[in-house]
Amino acid sequence: MDLKLDHHTKDGIEVVNVEGEIDVYTAPRLRELLIELVNNGYYQLVVNMEKVDFLDSTGLGVLVGGLKRVRAHDGSLDLVCTQERILKIFRITGLTKVFGIHDTVDEAIAARKAEK
Amino acid sequence: MATVEVSFTPLPAHVRTARLVATAVARRSGVDEALLDEVRLAVGEACSRAVEAHRLHCPAEPVRIALTDAAGRFEVEVTDDLDRGLGLAVIAGLADDVRISETSGGISITMSWPAHCA
Repeated sequence: MDLKLDHHTKDGIEVVNVEGEIDVYTAPRLRELLIELVNNGYYQLVVNMEKVDFLDSTGLGVLVGGLKRVRAHDGSLDLVCTQERILKIFRITGLTKVFGIHDTVDEAIAARKAEK
Repeated sequence: MATVEVSFTPLPAHVRTARLVATAVARRSGVDEALLDEVRLAVGEACSRAVEAHRLHCPAEPVRIALTDAAGRFEVEVTDDLDRGLGLAVIAGLADDVRISETSGGISITMSWPAHCA
């Protein structure tokens, strides 16, 4: 299983769908995509992790890096994740306090819109 | 002597292979299914650190991991020469028992999980 990435705009927010394994080998591709989106003016991001099978600290680092980049433009990076095996990694590193983590893409978008 | 030993060129692409081997040996050693995700992640973190350290300091040296199934424990040993980082925090949060010791070249991470040997 490699890493598959795609993205589309929904309600003015860029939704990034991630599928597969985010590790030391594949994380650079996610990093490049997030940088490309920010460079192209997309500062409201939702990263959908529902099809992620594996996430390591390299992947966490890329997500934190993405958050830092969008925040520099007053943007946001929210996550969609309900898988316990992935949520656990955010919990043990304390990153549940850093990211907004939602059950569905629609919920993530609605929460972001409500904050505006 | 370790049950299974793996050595690989320090390239990020091979970390996945190390994870798969470690998970397979853990399963075979009788580690509970619920713990296999932890084994997979902790071994991946330890190998990522080792790959990074080798690429900086000794790219020609293979990374070695030793997987041992003995006395009701499944033990993994990975040696590298970095000493900090998020990876270590993840490992500490996952493995049931973690020992970090100084070696001449750097540090060695040994972690283990309960196994129910047949």
